[in-house]
Amino acid sequence: MKTNQILVRYGELSTKGKNRSSFIGRLRDNIHHTFSDLGKLQIKAERDRMFINSDSEEDMEKVIARLPKVFGIQSFSPVTETELSLEAMQTAAIALVGKMELQGKSFKVSVRRANKDFELQKPEILHGIGSAVLRAYPELSVQMKNPDIELKVEIREKAAYMTAEVIKGAGGLPIGAGGKALLMLSGGLDSPVAGYHMLKRGVRLELIHFFSPPFTNERAKEKVLDLAEKLSEFGSSVNLHIIPFTKLQQEVHKQVPDNITMTSTRRMMMRVADKVLEATDSKAIITGESLGQVASQTLESLYAINAVTNTPVLRPLISSDKLEIIETAMQIGTHDISIRPYEDCCTIFTPANPKTKPKLDKVEYYEGFVAFEEMIQEAVDEREIIKFPRPKKDEFEDIL
Amino acid sequence: MIYLDNSATTKPKKEVLETFMKASELYFGNPASLHRIGNDAENLLESARKQIAQILDMDNIVFTSGGTESNNLAILGTAAAYAHRGRHIISSVTEHASVLKPLEELENRGFEVTRLSVGSSGHIDLEDLRNALRSDTILVTVMHVNNETGAVNPIAEIKKILKGTRSFLHTDAVQSIGKVPLDPVNMPDLLTLSAHKLHGLKGSGILAFNGVEPDAIILGGGQESGYRSGTVPVPLAAAMAKTLRITQPNPEFIEWNKTLREFFSSFDDIMVISPENAASHILSVAMKGVKGEILVSGLQEESVIVSTSSACSSKNKQTSHVIESMNMPPTYKDGVIRISFGAFTDRQDIIEFQQAFKKVHGIIKGV
Repeated sequence: MKTNQILVRYGELSTKGKNRSSFIGRLRDNIHHTFSDLGKLQIKAERDRMFINSDSEEDMEKVIARLPKVFGIQSFSPVTETELSLEAMQTAAIALVGKMELQGKSFKVSVRRANKDFELQKPEILHGIGSAVLRAYPELSVQMKNPDIELKVEIREKAAYMTAEVIKGAGGLPIGAGGKALLMLSGGLDSPVAGYHMLKRGVRLELIHFFSPPFTNERAKEKVLDLAEKLSEFGSSVNLHIIPFTKLQQEVHKQVPDNITMTSTRRMMMRVADKVLEATDSKAIITGESLGQVASQTLESLYAINAVTNTPVLRPLISSDKLEIIETAMQIGTHDISIRPYEDCCTIFTPANPKTKPKLDKVEYYEGFVAFEEMIQEAVDEREIIKFPRPKKDEFEDIL
Repeated sequence: MIYLDNSATTKPKKEVLETFMKASELYFGNPASLHRIGNDAENLLESARKQIAQILDMDNIVFTSGGTESNNLAILGTAAAYAHRGRHIISSVTEHASVLKPLEELENRGFEVTRLSVGSSGHIDLEDLRNALRSDTILVTVMHVNNETGAVNPIAEIKKILKGTRSFLHTDAVQSIGKVPLDPVNMPDLLTLSAHKLHGLKGSGILAFNGVEPDAIILGGGQESGYRSGTVPVPLAAAMAKTLRITQPNPEFIEWNKTLREFFSSFDDIMVISPENAASHILSVAMKGVKGEILVSGLQEESVIVSTSSACSSKNKQTSHVIESMNMPPTYKDGVIRISFGAFTDRQDIIEFQQAFKKVHGIIKGV
């Protein structure tokens, strides 16, 4: 008895017509990428399901632990292989079912007897396995229609294959299937969650962060690096573009009246992002904006900020409540990083009374006095690009 | 010099000292500082913490000044945090003073403490524990390996009994870590470790815990997630991580222990006190009608270092509470010495110890 195979059921992609094969290929690549630190996995993709095989049971356990993070998977099940005898199948069945929560659960066995030469007939197998499991776990009740636990047995040429546990996948689409977009990553709670939602829809991410030393410090930057690392854990690498933003921010501060610096600063960010978007062949900008959350996130503000670009700006959180966002952040592991108390460039120059209804023509008028375009290009040219996941060199290996 | 008092303390390993030196030179920053130097120190500190958490398979690691502080934090901290649930604590009579004293303090504060006895086996009886458990028991604190006899308490079995109750299990594993394994499936909720018993540095300990939140007993700047205030000594933390990583059990201890038990059985006035199934790195024996101090100083003349029952109690004149608890014949009670092995002990030391002991025994008997 051994577990060296996982059966994967696709997410939405089963329904996607002609693109199916490229989606399946994408999912396969992403799985390979996610587990590149393990030994070689064999992945066999069929039309409506996929099998992952490995020679190492240890690797298999790691795959089972990490697979729920990979997008494009509806659910998956570890497959146990046993020799072709009723006794072996009974032992395996008891072990498999024993791993699950059983109190008050209903149960059934189903058998596919693909190997027509197998000595036992289907009813004998059904009865043999079913009664063994029920004897071992009297708390189970039998139910033929929609049982909580379905133990599936497939009798093939050389072995029997059994599954019981169905583990929920992340759903969504395989990353890369939806093209590439640029996420504005501040360090706060919202933007990583916005990125996560887009990843789930199959979008690959480029990340952009605005760094304003000395007003923001190393720790604030570290926080963004940690968030980028987290966002690279969903089956696809990401690049982080760190924009030196101090000069632009100071210039805005000098040029425009206090109550619209916020709007103007955001417009500068948008313009910088647009240039990085071009350089990285991304097709949209993603922000963590949620309507009405702060002064810059009123419809009037969004209108004035958005006016600098024709690029689609995707705001997956626009209608989310803060509590929903916090919940997702906790789930994906970015919450604890985001709440570290270091200022980002947005909180540093916050005026006392930012306008919640900035007028576009006023903002444009004040910005008109400075050649911002050159400064923007300079900031883009001087950006630092870091790829995630970062190579796992252990910094302290020689000391610890 | 043959050093066989490794349960009192050990000589630090070179690798550990190197880590300490390097960390002190290169990462001297205060991990709470905002600047890069502080940030680097914090990164080292957190890497050390992570490494230790992985080795011990515990979620929370708090660096302390040693085993005594860890025991104090575990007992006083847990009692304070969960007093609303109940005020009853169970322990054993053979615990280290750093467990017994906090328990006495808790009694002064209105808690009730049940101390399980041990008998000649040196470990507690599970049936006694079952009988002592009450609905208001909030903590059971039982050591893993006893420092004077090497007797091993069945920690995994205790944990199994406590499953489903509202009582946490704290275990002082200062003498056992790296020598007697803990069952990873039935780990205590709180675990005390000390570096210097493991060829690490003095002044460095850990309280590791899962699923329990003790109140702090040292208050201040809120370091260590509030569990233990005070600037964290990053070099000691790094040295602790290194110490744990390079610690390996030595299978030869079992053989040496057997050799010495056989050796002692050839004397008709020597009694082996360590129970048969005790940990192999500690062996306590007693000589009839002779004070332990005399054996210790006699052996020192022969360049062999052992101790009377324990270093902490050896300066007290009265018989150790552990020895008292084991119901020994009175003529042997004061003649206890403890032999304890460490990473630098080798086969030759065991041979030379026997020669020295024979000689000292002869001298004493000749008197």
